[in-house]
Amino acid sequence: MSIQDWIKNEVETNDVVLFMKGTPNFPQCGFSGQVVQILDYLGAPYKGINVLEDDELRTGIKEFTNWPTIPQLYIKGEFVGGCDIIREMFQNQELQTAFSKKGIEVKQSA
Amino acid sequence: MPMNANEIETLIREALPDAQIEIRDLAGDGDHYAANVVSESFRGKSRVQQHQMIYDALKGNMGGTLHALALQTKAPD
Repeated sequence: MSIQDWIKNEVETNDVVLFMKGTPNFPQCGFSGQVVQILDYLGAPYKGINVLEDDELRTGIKEFTNWPTIPQLYIKGEFVGGCDIIREMFQNQELQTAFSKKGIEVKQSA
Repeated sequence: MPMNANEIETLIREALPDAQIEIRDLAGDGDHYAANVVSESFRGKSRVQQHQMIYDALKGNMGGTLHALALQTKAPD
């Protein structure tokens, strides 16, 4: 199975996937850590995949969506964004809407 | 070889001649910047598409030479 197929399978068989540096409990990059904080705050269930464990994955994920940086968040197979976009969407409540539109219950922040 | 703010601005301007570009150096180490870009060519595009336009303009420097570029993009009001 090619790395592209493997990624495709991961994003299609898990509702929410975060390709990140490190793990949800030990993020190893500030940007990955910020997205983890937002997802934890919302109580969104997600699968964290550590791209540092596999160089082929680390480059493959950037080709998968033509997006040059990590972290990358996927909801129901769709690429939502990197750290900047997720933070901006969170601040404008768009992230909460995106989750509930896709049938994933999260805490609606104040 | 880190990048300086002018190089980033020049590359973005080459791709988006009408853009208003504001670059802030976040760490003084040549690879952590923030950029606000306002351009008519963003109109009707999603944030992901807008940011991809910037990454394409940076011709592969993003994620390599340039470690971090916090982006804020929008079309003019």
